[in-house]
Amino acid sequence: MNRISVTVDGVAYQDDVEPRLLLVHYLRDRLGLTGTPIGCDTGSCGACTVELDGRSVKSCSVLAVQADGGEVTTVQGLGAPTGGLDSLQRAFHEKHALQCGYCTPGMIMAARDLLRENPDPTPDEVRHGLEGNLCRCTGYQNIVQAVLAAAREGQEART
Amino acid sequence: MTAGPADRTHEREVGRARARKEDAHLVTGQTTWTDNISVPGMLHMAVLRSPMAHARIDRVDVPPALERPGVVAAFSGRDLADGLASMPCVWPVTEDIVMPDHPPVAVDEVRYAGDPVAVVIARDRYAAADALEAVDVDYTPLEPVLDLEAALAEGAPLVHADKGTNRCYVWPLTTGEDWDAVRARADVVVSRRFLQQRLIPNAMEPRAVVVMPIAASGEYTMYSATQIPHIVRVLMAMVTGIPEQKLRVIAPDVGGGFGSKLQVYGEEAVALAVARTLGRPVKWTESRSEGYLATHHGRGQIQDVQVAATRDGKLLGLKVDLLADMGAYLMLITPGTPLLGAFMYPAIYKMDAYAFTCTGVFTTRTPTDAYRGAGRPEATFAIERMMDELAAELGMDPLELRRRNWIRHDEFPYTSIAGLTYDSGDYEAATEKALALFGYEGMRAEQQERVRRGDPVRLGIGISTYTEMCGVAPSRVLRDLRYAAGGWETANVRMLPTGKVEVVTGTSPHGQGHVTCWSQIAADVLGVPFEDVEVVHGDTRAAPQGMDTYGSRSLVVGGTAVHEAAQKVVEKARRIAAHLLEAGEDDLDFAEGVFSVKGSPDARRTIQEIAFEAFSSHDLPDGMEPTIHADHVVDPDNFSYPHGTHLCAVDVDTETGHTRIRSYVCVDDVGRVVNPVIVEGQVHGGLAQGIGQALYEEAVYDADGNLTSGTMADYLVPSAVDLPEFTTERTETPATTNPLGVKGVGEAGTIASTPAVVNAIVDALRPLGVTDVPMPCTPERVWRAIRQARGEEDAAPTDRRPEGTVPTTGQAPAPSEEGLA
Repeated sequence: MNRISVTVDGVAYQDDVEPRLLLVHYLRDRLGLTGTPIGCDTGSCGACTVELDGRSVKSCSVLAVQADGGEVTTVQGLGAPTGGLDSLQRAFHEKHALQCGYCTPGMIMAARDLLRENPDPTPDEVRHGLEGNLCRCTGYQNIVQAVLAAAREGQEART
Repeated sequence: MTAGPADRTHEREVGRARARKEDAHLVTGQTTWTDNISVPGMLHMAVLRSPMAHARIDRVDVPPALERPGVVAAFSGRDLADGLASMPCVWPVTEDIVMPDHPPVAVDEVRYAGDPVAVVIARDRYAAADALEAVDVDYTPLEPVLDLEAALAEGAPLVHADKGTNRCYVWPLTTGEDWDAVRARADVVVSRRFLQQRLIPNAMEPRAVVVMPIAASGEYTMYSATQIPHIVRVLMAMVTGIPEQKLRVIAPDVGGGFGSKLQVYGEEAVALAVARTLGRPVKWTESRSEGYLATHHGRGQIQDVQVAATRDGKLLGLKVDLLADMGAYLMLITPGTPLLGAFMYPAIYKMDAYAFTCTGVFTTRTPTDAYRGAGRPEATFAIERMMDELAAELGMDPLELRRRNWIRHDEFPYTSIAGLTYDSGDYEAATEKALALFGYEGMRAEQQERVRRGDPVRLGIGISTYTEMCGVAPSRVLRDLRYAAGGWETANVRMLPTGKVEVVTGTSPHGQGHVTCWSQIAADVLGVPFEDVEVVHGDTRAAPQGMDTYGSRSLVVGGTAVHEAAQKVVEKARRIAAHLLEAGEDDLDFAEGVFSVKGSPDARRTIQEIAFEAFSSHDLPDGMEPTIHADHVVDPDNFSYPHGTHLCAVDVDTETGHTRIRSYVCVDDVGRVVNPVIVEGQVHGGLAQGIGQALYEEAVYDADGNLTSGTMADYLVPSAVDLPEFTTERTETPATTNPLGVKGVGEAGTIASTPAVVNAIVDALRPLGVTDVPMPCTPERVWRAIRQARGEEDAAPTDRRPEGTVPTTGQAPAPSEEGLA
């Protein structure tokens, strides 16, 4: 067992974990943060994407011990605690960018990273930026529209 | 948005682009996926699976697993056999169908790589997975059965030796004139063999099940990632012997299905059995790679197709001979799935003769069953590919050939040669709209220009003018097809004392947006705000009766039930309103949720006031039951027949074989639309899956029967960069078979798009002599098809598919079958 200290969605935790425990299982099974789902076992689908120290990571491909001392943000840490949506969450809703919703947490976390690096992407840049996140329901068209809408909102907020 | 003349202030909900009610918890992660559920004392199950396609089980030694830390129990197939019946198949398509025994955990023999052989129960998921390696199994390898044609040969190794054959069934459908006579008088007969490769459905949420027992009372609550909680409940009661009234099945948030969760799985039965034995809650969640082996596959057919026509392009007849890969066992509707296509090969075309035969074949592969479209994508692919091949043979524009043969708008209702009565449609209107959006003439001009200047990147144009049968289904038709259950759907609409509304539906959504759409339907009928309606679903205790969600049935059948139940509520409320207003029921108007006396607009009662009157029951008409709640069950008279025209333009690089979709235009006619945003989303997702089959996806097995595309890293689920921006439009020809005028939309995009893409690729390469490219049309296969056409390479494929397995498409048809007869 290893002792880790990690801040998740603004709350500090200290836990003893097996060295092999995946970050996503730590979040889901130990902390009860089940908003981050698991879609595969090969790092292919991106459903489990979270933010670790400001960069998006697939939490199935990170060990909990690697997050020691780090700060993690999950989809449950976005928006207001009482249910207010952040700009990406709202855009996904308004643009019908989700159907079953299973890929949505990872898609939103990956899109956050994308917009941080490129606040004004083209549709093609959005598609390439989300290449590591699979959706089986939407055909991606409305996801691209949602990310572009959130980007526009970000631009307007800055001007 | 338009408002009806009698409805100027209250905007009609049906037809309105409402953002979904379902989204809030999904975008914030406040979800209830089955794997999220955790209860005190819960144990975790892991499944040991066969590493071989076919083998005799000589010994399974589970006790060593019990020595591992955290392990509570372990069971072999034999240990579980006493408490569990064979897994059910509810569609014995012929009287003499071969129905093999299907134990949820194998006992004597494993018949596909992934067939379960033992389960381990432990305190956490890691401990259970670790302990699987301690289970000791001795196997004697048996011959795998992989080639559909070889499997039917005399002396072939048998998947089920006790049955004496790999032939599961032969199912014929012959209508109209005699095929041989029609063929003899035809000017042209074109024959092709197409392969419908196996596909893996890939719902984003892997399967999961949690069972919570109350041992003392013998009650069980099962959460399952399923499309069909009601059907699961019935069949689990039969498999486990748990009395149906003691079993509650809940489909909580379910992350997609596409047919893969239209199933009753062995793991569900085993989880119940283990929970019963141990008296403790049990959870099982599959990993993605495990799911690739253990969750049913789709497609898997060899199609031999012939069309006969006159020289001026009149279709005379169609002959279809299918070999359908059942896989190792018959699951819920395995044998019937290819037959859902049997009625759709004639599609939108008129002809004199139709001869269809399907032969089901057992192989040592994962069982097949429904995958988005289920039989109809295969049929549509075959007929739409054949229309292009016939057009090429006749030297005719493929669109012109279609026009000469399709059912004209003024001919509806029209009974097709396969015996289906299409209620409504307008193929002309959809096609005209699609052509305009696509710029068809300009594309054709550019195509010829690029051929002239020898551009190595060829432009190809693909057409698919599809229809399909959905909205399953009239129960009497299902009886005639030997399907065990009915096709009805239920709704219960209740107005609460505060004037709010609960709609209970028997459909079980997993991404389709039923909560939003059913709210729109009920709000219009009752005249209440959209926000005041809640929809209850997916729990056999809260929504006790239903046939669930599949086959693009939910709106057509379930939505109609909501509409009719809400009408009944209004009629019950009218009786109370008339009593309170001291007027005759016929003297009341009802609009925007208000009953008013004709000619005395001040004498009025809102439906919310009536709901409270029914609750208090202080002043009801004599003899009236004190409720305005209403149930309705719909059993449809006919299927639903959406249609549309899809046009695809591809750039095919003849040097690399790479295909890029440059333009995809579709005009779908799904009848009246309840929510255009949701309809468009369904079309987008359907297109993505159909294009996936055309270009990217295939479950590949090696010569020993191992699934080599066994992880998500090996099986190409298209990403955002693999798909184009779609142009989607609609025409609206209302269905005449339901009061809403709606048709199904869930599967249409998948059914239509695969042939549009492959037709486009072949169209690009036809000047080079290419007449087919096997799916998925990878760069390598396109490149090889070009080389074969040039005579630079043998026709035999040399790609990943090993020798001795099913032959690919694209093989040169027999010369005698081709060309002018």
